[in-house]
Amino acid sequence: MLNERALRIALPALALGIGVLVWDLVVRLNELPPYILPGPGLVVSTVFADWPILWSSLLSTMETTFAGLALAVIGGVGLAIAFNQSRLVEHAFYPYAVILQVTPVVAIAPLLLIYLPQQAAVLACAWIVAFFPVLANTTLGLNSVDHNLADLFRLYGASRWQILRELKLPSAMPHMLAGLKIAGGLSLIGAVVAEIAAGSAGAGSGLAYRIAESGYRLNIPRMFAALLLLSVAGIVIFFLLSALEQLALRRWHESAVSRES
Amino acid sequence: MVSPVSLSATEPVVTLRGVGKVFGSGVTALEGLDLDVRAGEFLSLLGPSGCGKSTALRIVAGLSEPSRGTVTWPGAGRGPVKDIGFVFQEPTLMPWARVFANVYLPLKLAGVSERDAASRVAQALARVGLGDFANAYPRQLSGGMRMRVSIARALVTEPRVLLMDEPFAALDEITRFKLNDDLIALWRELKMTVVFVTHSVFESVYLSQRVVVMSARPGRIFSELAIGAATRDASFRTSAEYAGHCRVASEALAQAMQASEAAA
Repeated sequence: MLNERALRIALPALALGIGVLVWDLVVRLNELPPYILPGPGLVVSTVFADWPILWSSLLSTMETTFAGLALAVIGGVGLAIAFNQSRLVEHAFYPYAVILQVTPVVAIAPLLLIYLPQQAAVLACAWIVAFFPVLANTTLGLNSVDHNLADLFRLYGASRWQILRELKLPSAMPHMLAGLKIAGGLSLIGAVVAEIAAGSAGAGSGLAYRIAESGYRLNIPRMFAALLLLSVAGIVIFFLLSALEQLALRRWHESAVSRES
Repeated sequence: MVSPVSLSATEPVVTLRGVGKVFGSGVTALEGLDLDVRAGEFLSLLGPSGCGKSTALRIVAGLSEPSRGTVTWPGAGRGPVKDIGFVFQEPTLMPWARVFANVYLPLKLAGVSERDAASRVAQALARVGLGDFANAYPRQLSGGMRMRVSIARALVTEPRVLLMDEPFAALDEITRFKLNDDLIALWRELKMTVVFVTHSVFESVYLSQRVVVMSARPGRIFSELAIGAATRDASFRTSAEYAGHCRVASEALAQAMQASEAAA
């Protein structure tokens, strides 16, 4: 269906284009000054004009986001495996995971900033919010192994390690990747929240800090420019993780294989 | 040709004595089951759903512990674990693994290297007519082909006893007939013992030398019939002899179901 595919790309682009046009018209017709609402053209030109500052901030935020995500995957998958191997460990530690998840990260960030160096505190925030979806989804995946396949492994005398490696982890893969996709976006949010909470930081700080700083200085165009970059970064992360999921599952999982009709 | 074994003379490969199974829910699935599976025979367990025939098979396989009674393997020394193949109702393949890896699995779990296993896997696949599909993923295959992969996986360890739990129930009739014929050919070629669970009278009569009819609530053996026919092919399927055996088996099954209802 070529038409449908074309529509799927063209329609959102059109809707987005109209939105930007309306934004531009509102600014022009009302002659709004940039410190109230900058037009889209000014925002884009600010991105280019302030590129050196914004770029180093973007790098800093991305570094935190990906480090947080990596730690979340290691921690989430590791803990899910530990839970799966031992009920005792699960009963003992699951409450901690839930507490970390339900306590709003905005409320934890100031405390972490007192106890940890700023960079570590920001990373910890990114990790806390990204960790739970990986844990929850991987746990679900490890527990939804086909019963007959589990019987088959038992029949052939498979060891715990063989069952984990050959059966449980591959079965859990689709769930794990779905968790990772959620975690990617959350890790960015965690990093941004912590940067905003950190506020006072100096050089080498991230995009969220740029937004806060520009706000104090009423540099509204730069706020928008930083916001635009954050959005783009979030979108890029989402597509990267979707591509990873597609790549890993394309041969066998119903969610990823293309069907010929 | 059916190998001319005289059934009564061969020693049992597995013996069940007074086997009962009560599930945690309090349901009695089996009671007082006495069964000898004789070496080299093709035995079917026939019965209505809920008669415990699958439970009996799982107990033989060691996948389920009997609540009462004993399961013994007189073939001494040789543990049952390595010496049975099991085919489930569904193909039960690993969707993420290619056909080769699926069939290689039992050998892999036993610590056989891929290189040493390659020829055995290829042979097992050739036996079920899937020699050219080693690199396919299960989802690319039809239902019948997936079941063939499942059978190849059960055969790759060259087990003495093959246990099959309604393996062809979900397949269309044409595919089922073809697989029935292939299974008989494999049974003759490999001289293994087959225990085949089914709820189809026609399938059990076509395949087996001995049909054990079970009744439900609680599951127990109701009656037993021997099918002496030497040839099993399309002409047997339409013969008066086959029809006669089917009638006897159908009547036995009907009585078994009456007995189940009376007990319920």
